[in-house]
Amino acid sequence: MWFNNPDVWEVTLLSLKVSGLATLISLVIGLPLGTWLALDKFRGRSFMMTIVNTGMALPPVVVGLAVAMTLWRSGPLGDLNLIYTPTAIVIAQVIISLPVVTGLTAAALQHQDPRLRLQLLGLGASRAQMVVSLWREARLPLLAALMAGFGAVISEVGASMMVGGNIRHQTRVLTTAIVLETNKGEFASAIALGILLLLITFLINYALTWIQQRGAKQ
Amino acid sequence: MTRLLEINHLRVVRDRRQVLDLQHLAIETNQVIALVGPNGAGKSTLLLVLAGLLKPQEGRITFNGRMVEPHKDRSFRRRIGLVMQDPLLLDRSVQDNVGIGLRFRGVGGQEIRRRVDEWMERLSIAALRERPACKLSGGEAQRVALARALVLRPELVLLDEPFNSLDKKARADLIRDLKSLLPGTGAATLFSTHDEREVELLAEEKIELMEGKVVR
Repeated sequence: MWFNNPDVWEVTLLSLKVSGLATLISLVIGLPLGTWLALDKFRGRSFMMTIVNTGMALPPVVVGLAVAMTLWRSGPLGDLNLIYTPTAIVIAQVIISLPVVTGLTAAALQHQDPRLRLQLLGLGASRAQMVVSLWREARLPLLAALMAGFGAVISEVGASMMVGGNIRHQTRVLTTAIVLETNKGEFASAIALGILLLLITFLINYALTWIQQRGAKQ
Repeated sequence: MTRLLEINHLRVVRDRRQVLDLQHLAIETNQVIALVGPNGAGKSTLLLVLAGLLKPQEGRITFNGRMVEPHKDRSFRRRIGLVMQDPLLLDRSVQDNVGIGLRFRGVGGQEIRRRVDEWMERLSIAALRERPACKLSGGEAQRVALARALVLRPELVLLDEPFNSLDKKARADLIRDLKSLLPGTGAATLFSTHDEREVELLAEEKIELMEGKVVR
């Protein structure tokens, strides 16, 4: 059975590690970036918002192509020897999920009453205190941004395949394994891996939704 | 009474339109002053400048004899208590809302609890302590907003049409309570209003603004 197969668990663990790390990096960069876009007025803000919003619909294969060309042995960052490594997949997945987290963060904060910022500053908040208070107020849509960012990368296959190479014991993740099993005609294995992927995605989103809805009830 | 605040030649331009041109205004400690005038007269603009939330084009503001630039000076902002027309409460309990400004100032937990309890009692909202802010009536929410500002022991209280969104009864009750509470705070109060009745009940002095200028 597939659950007795150590390869399956290895692939599952790598999927979680790679997509979890990519989502975390996207959150660390995207949360302040989205906040900056939402709260500050500066030249080129609309253009940057357009770039971010376009990035939300970025096809993973295009990201895979760009990252592969950059990390290819003859590419500008070829000396780093990152092509066909889990790090390369993380880089590609950060590029996919960063616009999602950034764009949804900006939208969540722009949706708030702008007078709330003034009121917080009027109560003596520093800028950092004001921003943290706004994040806390927007915790439900921000959790949705996190779920959308994770969903975008755990389910993508194009970029992982192109920059990871689907190498057994090294860069094989759940989605690339499903493609491989399908190509081999091993539909039962492909379906089992697909169900496993859905189950993991469901459990993670269930946990995040539980936190989100607990906040909503409060 | 001693002079708390003095404003000279304050000018604010927004969207290429001059919205405030104040030659001179002085406020003494403990004084309650009403700012009256039609919409667009510059009442809210003046309060936002004093709260440090709007940068004036020019002007000199002296607070307790020291020149200040409110928009640059957080320590000055922390001596002000601001209440806006809408309560703008956070999605938390009443007591969390009342204590938020104290937490911004790094006040210790016990001291926060003591002062929050004191002001919730004074504004008759102690029974609502645990209630989420979203479940308050308009009058209750505005009382929380006032407690949140007054718990900070501000030297200057700025109220921007604080009774505007309240029904007649809630407004009358809150004005009555404020009238008895404000003198005890030791703070000067500047509040904007359209309502002459509020001026009569609360203010010791009235400043009338029209098109950004003091007309009376």
